[in-house]
Amino acid sequence: MTNTRIPAVRPRPAAPAAVAPRPSARDRGTRLLAALFLAPTIVGIVVFTVVPIAGSVVLSLFHWNVIDSPSFAGAANYREVLGDSTVLVSFRNTLVFMVFAVALQLLIALVLALAVNGRMPVWLRSVFRSAFFFPLVLSAASISVVMKYLFNQDFGVVNWLLGLIGIAPVPWLTSENSAMAAVILVYVWQQFGFSFLLFVGGLNNIPKEIHEAAALDGATGLRKHLTVTLPLLSPTLLVASVVGIINALQVFEQPYVLTNGGPGDSTRTVVMVIYENAFEQLRFGEASAVGVLLFVLIMAVTALQFRLSRRFVHYQ
Amino acid sequence: MSQATLSLSRTRHSLAPWARIAGLTVCALLTLGPVIWTVSTSLRTPAESFDLPPRIIPTHPTTEAYHGVFDQIDVWLLALNSTLVTALIAVGQMITAGLAGYAFARLEFRFKKPLFGLVLATMMVPLQVTIVPVFLVLKSMGLTDTLLGLIVPAFPTAFGTFLMRQYFLGMPKDLGEAAMLDGAGPWRIFRSVYAPLAAPGLAIVGVLAFNYHWNEFFRPLILETSSQNYTLPLGLVSLQGNLGTGSISVVLAGVVLSMIPAVAVFVVGQRPLREGITSAGVNR
Repeated sequence: MTNTRIPAVRPRPAAPAAVAPRPSARDRGTRLLAALFLAPTIVGIVVFTVVPIAGSVVLSLFHWNVIDSPSFAGAANYREVLGDSTVLVSFRNTLVFMVFAVALQLLIALVLALAVNGRMPVWLRSVFRSAFFFPLVLSAASISVVMKYLFNQDFGVVNWLLGLIGIAPVPWLTSENSAMAAVILVYVWQQFGFSFLLFVGGLNNIPKEIHEAAALDGATGLRKHLTVTLPLLSPTLLVASVVGIINALQVFEQPYVLTNGGPGDSTRTVVMVIYENAFEQLRFGEASAVGVLLFVLIMAVTALQFRLSRRFVHYQ
Repeated sequence: MSQATLSLSRTRHSLAPWARIAGLTVCALLTLGPVIWTVSTSLRTPAESFDLPPRIIPTHPTTEAYHGVFDQIDVWLLALNSTLVTALIAVGQMITAGLAGYAFARLEFRFKKPLFGLVLATMMVPLQVTIVPVFLVLKSMGLTDTLLGLIVPAFPTAFGTFLMRQYFLGMPKDLGEAAMLDGAGPWRIFRSVYAPLAAPGLAIVGVLAFNYHWNEFFRPLILETSSQNYTLPLGLVSLQGNLGTGSISVVLAGVVLSMIPAVAVFVVGQRPLREGITSAGVNR
């Protein structure tokens, strides 16, 4: 690494004709180099993403349990999973989860990013920033193990804290009414730091003069944020919500560890259904059909978002 | 009139900071609370583990629970597996993303745009949609239930490639042109001019990869069936299943053990990690 030599820039003839005469040998060298450089990534993506997508579509048209040879099923798997109440419930759960988790995550992250962006000592700002970012580095699976105890109805810290402000113990993980709320809270607790960092970066990108100009025009507090900051932050908001939604539609660890989909099917998500079908019941065809449906859902939601965003996103 | 608005805004600003900082402090405590509780409970005796209000400083601190973890699961083996998998993936991603990112940023070749589009598109494909066929591909290669099966498919990284392309695009073009006038070929230009400058960008890719794969649960859960191939998150969740003693300290001690490298990455790699995430929202 130390022997690297940055060639000295020699004074060049100013003539634009100096677009160096390119021998074709160099061109060939460049193309060969590009091919070599791209090969690991492109081959990897083709083998482990492109072919598997096609594979999923093909598999979804077959009945297959790994042991017997596959038999063609046509649309039967789709008919079956679309008529399966557990599958339908899992799609509803996932959408409910997505709406609340993403909304909560963006709201918390936005408020905290604006607050952290206000005036305060530099060291304090970095303490807050690190604190909100910290849960992101932890494993969702092991943190869910921890949360299982914190959300325990009888001896959990969450209910104890609620007790301090006079709220009766909530059967968080054991009631169909509140289990999803607990899963959402655990997920948001771990994930909001991601959007928070995006917003902090986005806010830093807004030129100071714009805020000063707005202040001179008499805009203050909430009004300033609503009329000035938010439109300028809208490209970052778009990225945060697209990434947030794509991630939320794939939620697995939290419900798997916290509730294993229960009580009943109240926290069973689409990815849990894929997992259970494929790797617990060896119904690969049905699992692939659910996977293809999830893929279509993600594409549709993302496309819709980009379409809607045309009206709300302002680029500087 | 304008005098009045100005003074109004001044009073607002003099009031706000305290409330704002107090609110932020409460939020920070809520965010770190579960982690603090985990560490403190892992150091308590089983009898004290359910104490309410939770005592942050244990009255009888003990490492008993940590011995329990080592008795129940082979922590060293799991840690070795996790380290091996994570380190190889991180290095692999730095290499593949560095090379591909450079090609997309600085080399001219046919089908550049569609190939880059392909890479970007795969960022949107959820892992779970492809996992069944990936499992079958790995099975046909004889790589299921091996660590290699976890490592190899994780080498190409769409996000890392995107990040490195942006990174190389941000470097001055003159450097390469000057080297070319000096007679350097495309390989030399990459090797001696641009690659050394890419180290900070590669660090971002490496730290992001380390963090993601150290904590990864879904792929190991599906691919690894024998417990000697488990990684730490899998071992931990199995620890919870084996536990019939009623002491949560052991489980939490296991969680703390698995957190240590993540926290180390947080301390050492905080900046690269933050920059990696922030640039996802700012670079367009």
